[in-house]
Amino acid sequence: MSYRLSDEHEELRRTVAEFARTEVAPVIGDYYERAAFPYEIVAAMGRMGLFGLPFPEDVGGMGGDYLALCLALEELARVDSSVAITLEAAVSLGAMPIYRFGTPEQQATWLPRLCSGEALGAFGLTEPEGGSDAGATRTTARLDAGEWVINGTKSFITNSGTDITALVTVTAVTGQRPDGRPEISAIIVPAGTPGFTIGQRYSKVGWCASDTNELVFTDCRVPEANLLGERGRGYAQFLSILDEGRIAIAALAVGLAQGCVDECLRYVGQRVAFGREIGRYQAIQFKIADMAARVHTARLAYYDAAARLLAGQPFKKEAAIAKLVASHAAMDNARDATQIFGGYGFMNEYPVGRFYRDAKILEIGEGTSEIQRMVIARELGLPA
Amino acid sequence: MNIVVLVKQVPDTETERKLDPADSTVDRAASDGVINELDEYAIEEALRLKEKHGGEVTILTVGPEQATDSIRKALSMGADKAVHVCDDALAGSDALQTAYAIAQTLGTLEYDLVILGSESTDARTGVVGAALAEYLGLPQLTLANKVDVDGTSVKIQRQTDDGYQVVEATLPAVISVVEKINEPRYPSFKLIMAAKKKPVTKLSIAEAGIDADKVGLANATTQVVDFAPAPPRTAGTVVKDEGNGGVLIADFLASKKFV
Repeated sequence: MSYRLSDEHEELRRTVAEFARTEVAPVIGDYYERAAFPYEIVAAMGRMGLFGLPFPEDVGGMGGDYLALCLALEELARVDSSVAITLEAAVSLGAMPIYRFGTPEQQATWLPRLCSGEALGAFGLTEPEGGSDAGATRTTARLDAGEWVINGTKSFITNSGTDITALVTVTAVTGQRPDGRPEISAIIVPAGTPGFTIGQRYSKVGWCASDTNELVFTDCRVPEANLLGERGRGYAQFLSILDEGRIAIAALAVGLAQGCVDECLRYVGQRVAFGREIGRYQAIQFKIADMAARVHTARLAYYDAAARLLAGQPFKKEAAIAKLVASHAAMDNARDATQIFGGYGFMNEYPVGRFYRDAKILEIGEGTSEIQRMVIARELGLPA
Repeated sequence: MNIVVLVKQVPDTETERKLDPADSTVDRAASDGVINELDEYAIEEALRLKEKHGGEVTILTVGPEQATDSIRKALSMGADKAVHVCDDALAGSDALQTAYAIAQTLGTLEYDLVILGSESTDARTGVVGAALAEYLGLPQLTLANKVDVDGTSVKIQRQTDDGYQVVEATLPAVISVVEKINEPRYPSFKLIMAAKKKPVTKLSIAEAGIDADKVGLANATTQVVDFAPAPPRTAGTVVKDEGNGGVLIADFLASKKFV
């Protein structure tokens, strides 16, 4: 029983760590301040094959696995969360549904460009009046003369409005099920389709160098063949995608939590107060020890969930636990790191200030902490 | 065109590096081993030449067992195979002996070009390329910031303090590169996994044709007689601007050859 990484995974981890340190760290603060999308960094990540990590080579991927993606996300987020979430959303929300549920034609059309990072995919599930209650979809799609006609609005959609966004897969009500509940399906909408407009670009507290938009569909027509997966299975398909996405978000959160430890270890050896480096004070040491303990336990939690996923075992509960503890570790560590940095921690020019701003969304995005607890409770057999 | 790239494993410059007081050699246990940074530029240049002209890129490393990690990284970048000369008898060899060992090993390989980094971040002698060319009786093109191969000849831009010189030679030749030459690629996961299956030939000194009496600490041509840690950084010089600050800054930069 061991969570020692294989030589290949370890080398990937080291490679991405070096990339993050050398190519991302020196420049990302500037993108963040300007709330600009880092096209150059995304292109370099594409050349490294990060966008194709968990996909087989025959669809344009790297032939790796989900753990490889998670390790890359952790190492990126150790330096910056905006680039990490751009990768996470592109792979697990943009490309994965097409890989998992797409027809051979849909895969051939989209996956090579998505895997190379030349194009980004997005997934539109959340609506202005439906976040955690994802089943309350109001967007509609009706068939008319061989085309889906889509109407509705989607909220907080990552990677949906960049210059290289190729498609958004949206969930929409396509009819009524025999039991009277809405029939929800997923439909691929290529960027630039008439009737598909990018609404407001949000002003966000964190993840400022990532792309997040509101999307508006007004009589937007796409071919009937753009249905992704089975009609009426849109919601169920998406839930299965979210299950594994939670492991990826946990990895990203662990990266942020580790980044806080890295920054503090550097800082407390330099900063002097009352005549000594602050790293000599027990109050500081205990804080950092707690931070390291949170990172370690959260990392083990996501490794375990990933190991189950790779072994083909049930992982729903473990993924929810990993996401819950890792996002809390990120939030707690960001708060402690900012405290250790004092006034400098409140300045955007220091990474910990960015970590603080980036941490909160981890307790919200891709399933809130409350949703994780609901999932865990259900898996424990408690009544719905 | 077949290219051999020389790769050395060095202590990570990001960690504290030490010498072993017992024999004044590098304390390899004190820090992680990584690929010598300039060697990554050499590998990148070889891969670009291969992409343009075809052929194979072979990594050649003379070094201890743990250098395997650096060889694997070189293969992950896209090199085709590797030769690792690994023998306890090599321990403590100096630059000249290393050049000899490399030259002997190259005698067992077929190549049109040998490319290496212009120096290593540990010993920083910067002489292995020149010594190697001498042992092999081949032209040496050092400090290249640009390389072009045309048929049987190779032309480089040789970086100098003032600009560059254009140097040309016939193949085979030995080229050392500086970091301005390119931007080394990061290995993709596909190549990382493929690297595992690429052949690494391990040679003893006997198999590489290296004479045991000519290598190792006991036979070294140079000797480290003493060493001391670098003195702690002192406070800089304070210059008061009395209206001539700009001139003083320009003079300072010129003295450091920045302008």
